[in-house]
Amino acid sequence: MSDPLLSIHAVDKFYGSVDTGVHAVRDLSMEVVPGEIVALLGSSGCGKTSTLRMIAGFEEVTRGSITLAGRELNKLPPVKRGVAMAFEGYSLYPPLNVRENIAFALKSSSFSKSEVAAKVEEIAAMLEISDILEKRPGAISGGQQQRASLGRALIRDADLHLLDEPMGQLEPQLRALLRGRMKHFIKSRGLTAILVTHDQAEANALADRIAVMEDGTLQQFDSPSAIKDRPANLFAGTFIGEPPMNTYHAKVNIEDNRIAFQLADSEEALRYDTAAFSTSVLDAARGCDHVIVGVRPYAVTRSDRGIPATVVVNQWLGDQTHIAADFAGATMIMVEHDRAIDKPGDTISVYLDPDSLHLFDPHSGEAISHGKELAREHSLKHPHELTPQAGELSQINAGHLTQ
Amino acid sequence: MEHTSLLERILRGIALCVVVVFFMFPILWIVLMSFQTNDTILRVPPSFIFEPTLANYKALITGKLETSAASLEIHFLRNLGNSVLLSVGAVALSLLLGVPAAYAFARHKFRGSEDIAFTLLSFRFAPPLLVLLPLSLYFQKIGLADTYIGLIWVYQLICLPLILWIVRGYFEDISPDIEYAYRIAGHSWFTTFRKIALPLAKPGIAAAGLLAFIFAWNNFIFALVLASADKQPVTVGALAFVTASGIQYGQIASAIVLSIAPTLALALYAQRYLVEGLSLGAVKG
Repeated sequence: MSDPLLSIHAVDKFYGSVDTGVHAVRDLSMEVVPGEIVALLGSSGCGKTSTLRMIAGFEEVTRGSITLAGRELNKLPPVKRGVAMAFEGYSLYPPLNVRENIAFALKSSSFSKSEVAAKVEEIAAMLEISDILEKRPGAISGGQQQRASLGRALIRDADLHLLDEPMGQLEPQLRALLRGRMKHFIKSRGLTAILVTHDQAEANALADRIAVMEDGTLQQFDSPSAIKDRPANLFAGTFIGEPPMNTYHAKVNIEDNRIAFQLADSEEALRYDTAAFSTSVLDAARGCDHVIVGVRPYAVTRSDRGIPATVVVNQWLGDQTHIAADFAGATMIMVEHDRAIDKPGDTISVYLDPDSLHLFDPHSGEAISHGKELAREHSLKHPHELTPQAGELSQINAGHLTQ
Repeated sequence: MEHTSLLERILRGIALCVVVVFFMFPILWIVLMSFQTNDTILRVPPSFIFEPTLANYKALITGKLETSAASLEIHFLRNLGNSVLLSVGAVALSLLLGVPAAYAFARHKFRGSEDIAFTLLSFRFAPPLLVLLPLSLYFQKIGLADTYIGLIWVYQLICLPLILWIVRGYFEDISPDIEYAYRIAGHSWFTTFRKIALPLAKPGIAAAGLLAFIFAWNNFIFALVLASADKQPVTVGALAFVTASGIQYGQIASAIVLSIAPTLALALYAQRYLVEGLSLGAVKG
């Protein structure tokens, strides 16, 4: 990996005083390399927009430091930071039309009038707003304003482009089209971008790496596929993926060459040959009395070896079936690519392949293993070593998601 | 409108006329009075039919008030000039101080910012009479009594809170992100304030300025106590029409007409901003 363009080091953000204020970003450290697209993904209030605004210079950094292209940003005014930004609320200048708004970003640059005009035309064509260039922001729709605002950010020649929910207001069809074009635009020019979104599809499609945030804390920072296959903790596992990962509290029993996950509040257990897991995973599992077992909906299969589940709903979405079933006293969501004929009340037999099981520590929420592999950074933590904060968090998440 | 019948339209017209007459009658009556002598004004029963005279206006403009008893000198035009000077001066000073302050209060939440803003508003709560006595004593001590500067300073107490609080609402309605977008494109905060915030808040500033002007123009009590004859505005100057030989209703009426004129002209000119300005803030909340 090349040298980082942007380094965020141990950044905390408080709104209000450090004692009584809102702790919006907690000890955030991450690096972005040149030419990379990074998505900050999380639910509302997770600190992703605060992070973006600290980079832009609209919010002060309470603690820690941010460096961009060798410049220490903390004390630099927004003008001197070399960043361009697309705002969630569009923030176009009302008295200017769309063309002037986009061109405005180049006002202090050295481009000639005709060069600016050509750039505006090119960006407008990419964003499908060529026909509204002469209109004022008040006369166009929210989606059009959003694209104009995006155009104003992308036309700039900045070290870093910050895009705050750049496509939130667009219709799904247009969003899919523009995602592709925007990615091509950014990649072909070698731009570096940070994208804030709560839409996983957008993050997956656009980003090289995704930073999953929750409650001001960075949960995982990795490629989309790594986050999906090897979620670092219960939050990352259940937040990423649509429909979300199924999770179950289970008690671990290892006898002879059999391992059983006795599902909470149920007679049923997931039973496997110990050979299905690596010894390190088995060792880790032995160290835990309880685990949270997670399985992605599309990894749930039907098999005679499986456990009976009662169908509650069967939804055909046109290209896939979502079945919600009552499984060991909890809900199980299952995705199949064919149209299923099961009716509510039918009993099906579902099987969870050991390779698709994710085990999480119920106290810390940290991942223990993904299928055969031990989770990368898992260490056998004893519950009393855990910080109360992390423990509380995982309990809240686990309780919420297994309902 | 095509559903309304003829009868409905007639009734609506009549209703509108009644409302207009109700509100406009006092003004109309004053205008009529200004063209009459005291004798025709005071006759019983009053009548719309009279022989119009310009004597009242002539008296005001020449400064010679002829009563049945004697000829008095009045300084109406000077008073009018004083009113303009004091009101314009106070509004200009308040805009100069109040608009940047309103911007600061809207954009930056610092320790005690609400308290300061509220303190400034609270100047409007105090009954003027309560403030006047200590104020005039102080003014005499520091030599500000009976000076234009002193008067403008006091008038500014009327205008500043009004402008501050109205304009602050306008700045708060402008998304800060518009300014951020401008700043990130390479402009200082001061250019941003000048080029983005001020133009966007213009209707509000115009409305607040006009309202403040009307309040200042109509002020009576401060000038009554703090200004001597040659610095009095029209509101106080009108007292001169209460003479030993009776109240000069005709001249009072024409003085009113003349003193309404500048505010009326200003209001008509700024009407567009005023309606837009005062309603926009309320709608956008």
